[in-house]
Amino acid sequence: MSSLQELSEAVQRGDAAAASGATTALVGGDIGPADILNRALLPAMAVIGERFREREIFLPDVLLAARAMKAAMAVLEPLLLRDGVAKSGVVVLGTVRGDLHDIGKNLVSVMLQGAGYDVVDLGSDVDADAFIDAALDADAAVIGMSALLTTTMTEMAAVVRRIEERGLHDRLRTIVGGAPLSEAFAREIGADGFAPDATAAVERIRELVRR
Amino acid sequence: MRRVIQFAVGEVLPTEEEVLMRTGVPAGVEPSAAVGALLHEACSRIRRLARPRGMFQRVSVKDFALVLRGAGRNAAETPLDEIVPRAEALALFVGTIGQEVVDDIAALFRDGDPAVAVMLDAYASEMANAVATDLASRFAGEIRDGACVLPYSPGYCGWHVSGQRALFAALDPHEIGVTLKESCLMTPLKSVSGVLVSGDATVHRFRPRWTFCEECVGRDCVPRMRSVR
Repeated sequence: MSSLQELSEAVQRGDAAAASGATTALVGGDIGPADILNRALLPAMAVIGERFREREIFLPDVLLAARAMKAAMAVLEPLLLRDGVAKSGVVVLGTVRGDLHDIGKNLVSVMLQGAGYDVVDLGSDVDADAFIDAALDADAAVIGMSALLTTTMTEMAAVVRRIEERGLHDRLRTIVGGAPLSEAFAREIGADGFAPDATAAVERIRELVRR
Repeated sequence: MRRVIQFAVGEVLPTEEEVLMRTGVPAGVEPSAAVGALLHEACSRIRRLARPRGMFQRVSVKDFALVLRGAGRNAAETPLDEIVPRAEALALFVGTIGQEVVDDIAALFRDGDPAVAVMLDAYASEMANAVATDLASRFAGEIRDGACVLPYSPGYCGWHVSGQRALFAALDPHEIGVTLKESCLMTPLKSVSGVLVSGDATVHRFRPRWTFCEECVGRDCVPRMRSVR
């Protein structure tokens, strides 16, 4: 019988096969799926996030851990659904209008899913109303916007403005990220959050969902 | 003079260290076996799928002034305004690694393995840069021994991305299959474009003092200047 500790360690070292195997073994025992998620998988990803922030590990290691987490969740998710365990939340993601660069946005998507969020990924070149409509359709609390170009990052302001115009700011929070962005820029356009990297995005979104 | 070059993948294949650095891994950090396996998988994909090609064409200072002006949306002053008058020769260039790799990255993110997708994306970005570097080197070879050539691109250092339209109108890179979208971004996405500036090393020196420098997070102008010392 695998232990929660073994599962956590498998995720942290990015071993997808071991994580899947340990999860399968655990669900056959007397620990409930929600406990497996909350006591092994999410803490393991939190450790990964912390080690990344401390520069003890780097992006490829984080991605391997996220892959192992995904393998474990493939076993666990049907059982969580069966038990009616709520997801961490829904987040709409996209690269803003005029910009086709989506690597950063894709990374955030991977990390959010690893942290138990449902992600509605709108892809790239997304206009303001498309972000908002998708968020309303999916009952999402947060819209995450990405841009790589200084010429397209101004589109983020258009999304924030449009949320205000539609009277939705109490319902929809915004977070922005991308190579040319800064905390100051996020504040200037009225975004609710800024994340310099994908692991920070998960933390900021967790804070925004709690608000 | 118009040169079109089809590269062998091996000519522009980045090193593993360059790829890891692109993903934020500091130089000298030894990858784990698992990260090594990701690198290997991404490398075999890019070797199979990349179609690197590029072109350049000489342009006079007078004609380039029109390209640089573009739609008139540049910053009031840019480094190129200082650099171009000192240049020995100029050439417009476009390079790409092809659409196949871009499609594979998207498919990996959508349905497959995002970890491999990120590593492949890093390989692709580095390879596109290597195409630009190689084109610069070939242009230098046509000017004279010891010519220092650096590429400068719309979207950076005050040259507004809308300048792509004038650049593409002047160069027309149809032979290598690169087109421009309404947003002035290129298809395939992993493409590079701009002007190759030739001269001695001092031609490329400038003090990064403009307003846009304050917002720049890349700050790669300094190592670029150092690279042609």
